Amino acid sequence: MNDIRWRSSASNEMLLERALLLKNIRAFFDARGVIEVETPVLSHHATTDPHLDSLSSRFRDETCYLNTSPEYAMKRLLAGWQQAIYQICKAFRDDELGPNHNPEFSMLEWYRPGYSMEQLMVELVELVEAICQGSKFALLKFSAGKKTVFERLSYQQAFEKFAGFNPHQASSAQCHQIAIAKNVEIPQGLSVDDVLDDWLDWLLTQLVLPSFEKDRFTFLYDYPASQCALAKVSENKQQVLVAKRFELFFGDIELANGFHELTDADEQLQRFQLENKMRKQAGKKNSAIDEHLIAALNSGLPDCSGVAVGLDRLLMVLTANTCIDRVLSFPWNKA
Amino acid sequence: MATYSTNQFKNGLKIILDNDPCSITENIVVKPGKGQAFNRVKMKNLKTGRVLERTFKSTESVEAADVDEMNVEYLYADGEYWHFMDPTSFEQYAADEIAVGDTAKWIKGQEVCVMVLWNGAPISITPPNFVELAVAQTDPGLKGDTAQGATKPATLETGSEVKVPLFVDEGDILKIDTRTGEYVSRA
Repeated sequence: MNDIRWRSSASNEMLLERALLLKNIRAFFDARGVIEVETPVLSHHATTDPHLDSLSSRFRDETCYLNTSPEYAMKRLLAGWQQAIYQICKAFRDDELGPNHNPEFSMLEWYRPGYSMEQLMVELVELVEAICQGSKFALLKFSAGKKTVFERLSYQQAFEKFAGFNPHQASSAQCHQIAIAKNVEIPQGLSVDDVLDDWLDWLLTQLVLPSFEKDRFTFLYDYPASQCALAKVSENKQQVLVAKRFELFFGDIELANGFHELTDADEQLQRFQLENKMRKQAGKKNSAIDEHLIAALNSGLPDCSGVAVGLDRLLMVLTANTCIDRVLSFPWNKA
Repeated sequence: MATYSTNQFKNGLKIILDNDPCSITENIVVKPGKGQAFNRVKMKNLKTGRVLERTFKSTESVEAADVDEMNVEYLYADGEYWHFMDPTSFEQYAADEIAVGDTAKWIKGQEVCVMVLWNGAPISITPPNFVELAVAQTDPGLKGDTAQGATKPATLETGSEVKVPLFVDEGDILKIDTRTGEYVSRA
């Protein structure tokens, strides 16, 4: 009789705050002429990203997949339209559950033809500031009259500052030594035989992100070229190849990931094939490559930048919560 | 050898870590944005009861632990082993000092305990939360001393010592909370 598990784990105030967040985002883009679009949540293709796994469903006799992000479909729209577009949708990822993860989550993604990575970072700041100012509950300490503080660090600067080495010149063996020297736990299954990126990912979570100031936004940009995902790669000022990719963090929590988008169809195809190879090495299933996206890139994707924002996480940090369940009506254990 | 991959990890799953069987109590995904995921896992060592934390690279496999849990009735101790019986199958199990641990302080016979078996052998015995034991020895309380909360030591029939209120006499049956080792009331 005392079972109250049917109830929302978000308070009514939080549900209002979420409604306000969505309203403010739509008003922001509406004022800037960015058009809202919808793309399928259910797809014939699973992600090839070696670090993500799609949830699957079934239509008649075919296994189909819930999208891990609306990126491919939105790029197909862009290729035929060249229009600034945004989408608010659900994305799904297998095996992601914890204080910062729910297998189903709300994502805001938008694309800006003609924008550089830096220009899109500026627009993301403007969006977050607009959201903070429009927040009815003004739960953000930094929005009370003060300008929101956004730190900007290149991936290299962040590693040099907080981990003491240049990530573009490191090896797995060096990272292993640094982990020992700095008393960082070495995860079971992570060895010097693993690729450098696995080590950089680990040291990022252990040394770099915890050093970011709490209650502050930090941009990390110019990732190692090997972590380019769907971003363009180009030389930085030191003639090192870097991915034109950025992430936004609040404290140590990742909120957004953006790219100056790769438009080269051949290179995109090669990256997909490489990702499938990495999936195989990790003992994961191969994913069929989305030929529609490759065809769209072949027909011509405008030079553009795009970014995806995890809205549940954004709501979580803006309302000073430490568990994502508090901002979700029904998190996975109640869904 | 059965194994589990990190994507099978959930609370209550029994795995082998550092050669000991452990039960997972928490499994959190750690991810630096895009990129390699790691699982930060809290688990209880089923032999020592200690809680430990360990991180695994996602998709890493670990050995499964063949662990069972059952209710058993305490029969007797022979000086080396403590003997328990499964009341449904009447099968008997002998647990050594390491498996019984502090539980020996609270059981005299017929208590229903929780036994954890690893590969068929007992590795831990948990007593009932509350047991009733007689006082074997305690000094008489001082007359007129009615100070609130004053206590004195008492030795129970199992040999363990607890702090008791001054009015408790030898031969009294006491209710003891085995989780804290504290006197609750006279039974």
